[in-house]
Amino acid sequence: MTTMRTWFFTEDCYPDLPPQDEWDSIRVDLPNQLCEPENAHRLYNEYLDIWCAADEMGLDIMVNEHHQTATCMIPAAPIMLGILARQTKDARLLILGNPLPNRNQPVRVAEEMALIDVISKGRLECGFVRSVPYEAAAANMLPYKGSERLWESHDLIMKAWTTHDGPFNFEGKYYHHRQVNIWPRPYQDPHPPVWITTGGASSTDPVAKHGHVAAVFLAGYSRVRPVFDAYRENYLKHHGTHAPLDRLAYCGLVYVGDDERAVEKGANELMWYMQANKVTEQWKNPPGYHPPQVAAGIMKGAHISGSGAAYSTDLKEHMRRGNVFAGTPDQVYEQIKAFWEYSGGFGHMLMMGQAGHLPKDDTLRSMQLYADEVYPRLRELAATWDPEEIMEKRKAMPDQEHAEITDLSVDFVR
Amino acid sequence: MKLQGKEIDVVRKGSGQPLLLLHGGGGPIAAMPFADKLAEKFEIIAPTHPGFGGSKIPDHFNRVDDLVFLYLDLLDELDLNDVILMGFSMGGWTAVELATMNSTRLSKMILVDPVGVKVGGREDRDIADVFALPGEKLVELMFHDVSLAPKPADMPDDQLQLMAANRIALGVYTWDPYMHNPKLPHRLHRIKMPTHFIWGESDGIVTVDYGQKYCKLIDGATMTVIENAGHSPQVEQPEAFVDAVFKCAG
Repeated sequence: MTTMRTWFFTEDCYPDLPPQDEWDSIRVDLPNQLCEPENAHRLYNEYLDIWCAADEMGLDIMVNEHHQTATCMIPAAPIMLGILARQTKDARLLILGNPLPNRNQPVRVAEEMALIDVISKGRLECGFVRSVPYEAAAANMLPYKGSERLWESHDLIMKAWTTHDGPFNFEGKYYHHRQVNIWPRPYQDPHPPVWITTGGASSTDPVAKHGHVAAVFLAGYSRVRPVFDAYRENYLKHHGTHAPLDRLAYCGLVYVGDDERAVEKGANELMWYMQANKVTEQWKNPPGYHPPQVAAGIMKGAHISGSGAAYSTDLKEHMRRGNVFAGTPDQVYEQIKAFWEYSGGFGHMLMMGQAGHLPKDDTLRSMQLYADEVYPRLRELAATWDPEEIMEKRKAMPDQEHAEITDLSVDFVR
Repeated sequence: MKLQGKEIDVVRKGSGQPLLLLHGGGGPIAAMPFADKLAEKFEIIAPTHPGFGGSKIPDHFNRVDDLVFLYLDLLDELDLNDVILMGFSMGGWTAVELATMNSTRLSKMILVDPVGVKVGGREDRDIADVFALPGEKLVELMFHDVSLAPKPADMPDDQLQLMAANRIALGVYTWDPYMHNPKLPHRLHRIKMPTHFIWGESDGIVTVDYGQKYCKLIDGATMTVIENAGHSPQVEQPEAFVDAVFKCAG
């Protein structure tokens, strides 16, 4: 049966910063004297409370990690997920993801993930990501050939998860490990579901080939079709059947309010996520992350997208682009439904439902409204999905142009 | 020319004693006025490091010693002898590594604001982190006269893309350990030929102080400091630079 799962996600930001003109970059070199331990303690516990509430409401959970940044206080997502593995009961636990090219010990990643899977009794969904450009300096890793590193690391982890008869040897181009024999092995057999983020059509092929879930962040109307369509084509090519609905995931900002006033307040607070990402040129452009054409554009002062679309931090504009879904339950359902149909359908809504100063109570209210009034209808909608019918239906919705998301789609996609 | 099965761009000009010229992270420099001047006395052989100047980086290349073996092959292939080895910045590092491995075809080495060794403690930033600096700050460290620096905003796209590609290649060869080989100081005793350092007085990438410490690590090495020049004295003070070269290798 086709269905839709919703994963509650927050980046765990540290929003209590001085005005933007008092610092250069929110990432990499923002001095950590601005991070008050007492305040961070309070924030971490609020975020954990929110995730635990998601579990109570019947939502699944998504966690990610970044380094040396106030946009995301989690430098070790497996630790957060380890806490949630114990403190939640039903939610599936998605880490999206492990920044494989920046981690020199894939076997350690395999071990951490297996540990979470066993503690949670098989609730882990394991994402692997190339990671964003700013992570290069923080990880001291050259991002050149990051995708190649990702896939070699992936292969080693998959083999570590699925080999149960003692040590094997792995001597690849990037990773060497001669006696691989992880304890514990994963709870799920043969292994936890795997997710990979993709930013463009060309990177979907290996994801589809492995049958992993492809997740797209903030691609908006203009990019979702090319990426999802490429995945579907590649999946059909490799497997001879249509990609199931649950192989595709979309992440957008979501805020559901009781009335217009609540929506206006909550959704604008969520926009912190878009507004706070002030980053200096050198952190956006480590050597080898972008191809020379893109890198040259950044040196010239361009934003990363290169689409020609204006950089925007405006709520209405981002709603138009399909990056933000905000309104009353009816409105949010209609917005997601329109985007879902336009995209050809996806089985996972990654709901970024908290950012910036959006208070815990407002966040919980939005989640509750979503869980009670939006989610059931999305599940019904997904149950009607048929891979051929939806493509017919889609033809009535012409491609939307000039709705390109800015830098942010690139920034946060991985 | 073909080396290790790969097509390598090599500029050859002038005549006289062979001078193998290894460029720095900014890319090929053999077309610059200083090189024309040197070509009046020497036969210049100037390869482009793979990845620079729009060329491809071979799949297995990721360290300076990949360049070293490439140029050892070049010396053999062209059967060059009595060679002056000249290296700039990361090309200087490459030259020093090459000289420690096999110097039989070499007679003299000239190093221009080279990197390659660490002279300070583990928390000293001996070499500016060029990948962590905004464009305008980098230019201030590179140049004595910043008006000579290329301005990305005014550059045509194809040139800017070459510059971006050069920066990627520089990262590939020098990222970690950053711009140096910790083992290199332990191998410098193998360098027996006359070695001369040329340094831009205002170099902020690697300072004169770094240069003096580097110079002391090589037996008998000497140094010329060029005034009113930064990391590329051959660009900012070509005449003084050429004079310094002729003086030690004329």
